[in-house]
Amino acid sequence: MVPTHYYLILAAIIFSMGALGVLVRRNALIIFMCVEMMLNAVNLTLVALANQWGNLSGQVFVFIVMAVAAAEVAIGLAIVMAIVRHKDTINVEEINLLKW
Amino acid sequence: MNALDILQLLSPELILALTGFVVVSVDLAMRRRDEGRTAATIALLGLGGALVATLLLAFAGTSTVEAFTLAIDPYSLFFKALAIVSVGLVILASISFMRGKSRYLGEYYALLVFAALAISLAVSATNLVMVYLGIEFLSITSYILASYFRQDLRSQEAGVKYFLYGAVAGAVMLYGISLLYGATGSVDLATVGALFSAEGDQRLLGIAAIILLLAGFGFKASLVPFHQWAPDTYEGAPTPITAFLSTASKAAGFAVAGRVFMVALPNLVADWTAILGSLAILSMTLGNLVALKQTNLKRLLAYSSIAQAGYIVLGLAALNPGGDFDGVGGLLIYLLAYLFTNIGAFLVVMAIEQHSGSVDLAAYNGLIKRAPALALWMTLFLLSLAGIPPLAGFFGKFFVFAAVVERNLLTLAAIAAVNAVVAAFYYLNIVRAMFFVESEEQKPVSVAAGLSAALAISGIMVLVIGIAAQPFITWISRSVEMVLVSGM
Repeated sequence: MVPTHYYLILAAIIFSMGALGVLVRRNALIIFMCVEMMLNAVNLTLVALANQWGNLSGQVFVFIVMAVAAAEVAIGLAIVMAIVRHKDTINVEEINLLKW
Repeated sequence: MNALDILQLLSPELILALTGFVVVSVDLAMRRRDEGRTAATIALLGLGGALVATLLLAFAGTSTVEAFTLAIDPYSLFFKALAIVSVGLVILASISFMRGKSRYLGEYYALLVFAALAISLAVSATNLVMVYLGIEFLSITSYILASYFRQDLRSQEAGVKYFLYGAVAGAVMLYGISLLYGATGSVDLATVGALFSAEGDQRLLGIAAIILLLAGFGFKASLVPFHQWAPDTYEGAPTPITAFLSTASKAAGFAVAGRVFMVALPNLVADWTAILGSLAILSMTLGNLVALKQTNLKRLLAYSSIAQAGYIVLGLAALNPGGDFDGVGGLLIYLLAYLFTNIGAFLVVMAIEQHSGSVDLAAYNGLIKRAPALALWMTLFLLSLAGIPPLAGFFGKFFVFAAVVERNLLTLAAIAAVNAVVAAFYYLNIVRAMFFVESEEQKPVSVAAGLSAALAISGIMVLVIGIAAQPFITWISRSVEMVLVSGM
């Protein structure tokens, strides 16, 4: 059996890759995908820990996270679509009317 | 506990959920659109019912009861009442403000009611799953509301920025939650609190979890360094929504942070108070310094609200159970005063925006001649934000600062005091524009009925809390005692 900490380290690496992607990429859709990667890294952590502890809380949590993530993506895509209709760009650096 | 008891305990949430659905259905079923007036009326009635239910539970002296991972205790009831009142004032002001600006006003009111429901769930959550669900529920409704003007690119930009920051903050917070679960094998806050020790490796894990969790809570409360979304979203979003985001939504962030830290991490209290103290310094200083240079009122109030978040979090940073000033009590009083004060200020901004279409400081020049009542209300709110006695804001600052001094955190107290002076400068600058700068425009400003009603309620509450603070303080100290007893 693969030991739990292998999963945890893999999840931490995926989470960091997602976080890095959020920071360096400028395309709103790619940023979305990176956020999804972060969420799925957490899901992997939760499942691995649920297995380690032998209780189901972590597994249940994963289902809830998936449902929330789906709702969130629906809203996010709707907002991005509305912007594309006005401005024909999904580059977050060109969405810059509001500035100090 | 039988089913009837549970129904009664959850009555505020049930009424809010029902109201939300009724508002959507009525709006769908209506053949002739009346620009959302029916929807707003139903929403206000529902919120009134929920407020009565909440206050009945609060004054029935319910001790801590748990129903479906929701704690019905004075602490959560206090924040529920706060959220319901705030959403009620926002809806009252929206009736005239939003007219003609959107075709989908029924959904707008329904989403505001659901946002109040989300806050009610989040502030009573006793379980990490429920904490996550409550915060995300609130976030998702707020994303839609912030980008509600589909034709206005600024509103869309506000929405997309809020969304991107919010999604990342949510994911980071979730990672923090997974660390707590990993360390203890439980998602129940009290069980985590009992099992999480402050020794060795577990302390390091705990500090990592605190920082990760703070990304989520700090995002909601717009604390530096999780504040970057706030100025842009506040400026671009419809003004009533800005008022909501800067009060109820912010209060929810503090409420959840307070409960999670006090109940789940009581053994690490020294670590998280230190972290919150440094965030308080950053928020106050950055918020106030940047606010000095703003000429757009919505943006100025955004930076002011970042600075205010810094003062508010001092209450948690100076947590002092058993002291004369326990910190959490200060936090609650501050949030109560801040709710009416800040919503009031945004109501004036809405009135001027409706009249002149501008939110620039220049639009306020000579307001005392064109709209004396509006100018006087605005002065009242700005003085209360600055913390001048005997207004509500003074008591918030007094109780928070007193807790800081009692804990002997004198550096923190000194920085907070300097910041309060800096803040007074830009608040009074608006007052100066209203009273002493001549304006070319002479047309008197007319204010819609709903907006004036909301303005009168906020203004009177600011005065009442300021002049007769005692009953509020007694109620709040009672709520805090119970949480502190059950939590620490």
